[in-house]
Amino acid sequence: MNDNLHLTRLLQATASTLVMIGLWQIASLFFPPYLFPPVPDIVSRTVGILLSWPLLAEVLLTAARIFAGLLGAFVLGCMMAVAIGRSPRIESYITPILVFLQGIPALSWVVIAIIWFHGIEFRIFFIMVMTTLPAFTFQILDAFRSMSKDLFEMTMSFRPRRWTLFRVLIVPTIVPGILTAWKVNLGNAARVVVVAELVGATGGVGYELLRQQQLFDMAGAIAWTLQLVLFVLVVQQTINAIEGWALRYRAVSERAI
Amino acid sequence: MADPVIRFRDVSKVFRRPNGRGDLLAVDKLSFEVAPGEIVAVLGKTGCGKSTMFNLVAGLIEPTSGEVAVSGHNPFRDFEAFRGKIGIVFQGDRLMPWRTALANVLLGLEILDTDPKQAQKVARGWLERLGLGGHENDYPHALSGGMRQRVSIARAFAVEPQLLLCDEPFSALDEMTARDLRKEFVRLVRQNGKTAVFITHQISEAMEIGDRVLVCHRPARIAFEARMDREAPAGTRLEIQEKIMEVLSLEAGAGG
Repeated sequence: MNDNLHLTRLLQATASTLVMIGLWQIASLFFPPYLFPPVPDIVSRTVGILLSWPLLAEVLLTAARIFAGLLGAFVLGCMMAVAIGRSPRIESYITPILVFLQGIPALSWVVIAIIWFHGIEFRIFFIMVMTTLPAFTFQILDAFRSMSKDLFEMTMSFRPRRWTLFRVLIVPTIVPGILTAWKVNLGNAARVVVVAELVGATGGVGYELLRQQQLFDMAGAIAWTLQLVLFVLVVQQTINAIEGWALRYRAVSERAI
Repeated sequence: MADPVIRFRDVSKVFRRPNGRGDLLAVDKLSFEVAPGEIVAVLGKTGCGKSTMFNLVAGLIEPTSGEVAVSGHNPFRDFEAFRGKIGIVFQGDRLMPWRTALANVLLGLEILDTDPKQAQKVARGWLERLGLGGHENDYPHALSGGMRQRVSIARAFAVEPQLLLCDEPFSALDEMTARDLRKEFVRLVRQNGKTAVFITHQISEAMEIGDRVLVCHRPARIAFEARMDREAPAGTRLEIQEKIMEVLSLEAGAGG
């Protein structure tokens, strides 16, 4: 039953993608290549990037920046969530700042980073951290607060040490929230990194997109965009696989919602 | 006489209601003792403060005034002293959904740093004794309510606690399952020489399980106490039952 459902969903997704590609190919017959390049051109440029080490290195550079930014924001977010969770006083100081930070557009952080810092990598790291930190903090905090009081009391009845409590109760409780936070922030980070590279870098997917724009090369622009989309899809699937394994204990209803 | 395992001396517990709606007196100058090897059933209507009393013994909350001592220690403050000394069977099974039945029973043993091989042997043994052999690798959602409660009993017994606390553990189960588990529970407590406090709102359950029955009125204070003699004629037990019913019915305004 579940296999059938997965197959149906896969077929539906494939069908809608094929329709979109078909429409694009039809449009390419009526418009110049700088507006709608033919699909085979886009495919060959996309594969070309993957097969050329110098070009692939640009994609990997962007991927590394995304991971570094997300990791930085995650570590800081965990520390802030623990601090907030432990003290209502700290919460009343930090939460308004995080809410304020959430309202600042990514582009503003790009401008601020360019003015404040010289190093390109640190600029991008700073932008990534500042744009994803509030979401990470709030999501980890929510996961921590959703911990069952009943399970907490039950575990405490055995008088665990702090580290044991963390290992047997807190980690398993917050893992689903952490995985969701990574999935949500990955998409945000992929968008932000392009903006950061577009304005303040000399390499990476964003920088390559800027070059394609200057050359009016639509096939190249789409090929570079697809690299980022592919990267996000691969990482999302990896997180989904980890999630499937980590949450394998959950009961699944045969009836879909 | 041996030192009591549990001693309550003029214990009161007041809860502060949120939004300044005043205080709630849950336990009022309660005094009682539980001797080693004794099973004490605490009986009272819903909302009479039985669970607060239970939480005080378990060290999950601190008394507002008075003294609670378990094996001579303060259960709230002497956190370390009670590692592995108290086993609790809660009203709900409180199983960790991400752990299998076996891993749930292993929880307390892991916390006590028991050798993993020995812990596995002990946990499997308890599951077997409680009729759950073959379900070791099942997650809680795949078990029935009765099976889950058995796992929680196995979890409490596995750490070899000196004191067992049970807060209406069978109240959510059907009568047949509850009856079987009650018998199993009493057998295990006696066989292993444990001291137990069993909280319930059912007269028959209290009389079946307890060596002594404490009837509570709200706020938790002992209104009646009866020692249960299992060899006593049916008439004597009936008299005690009627007396308990009378005492319970005297309580005005307790929630149903």
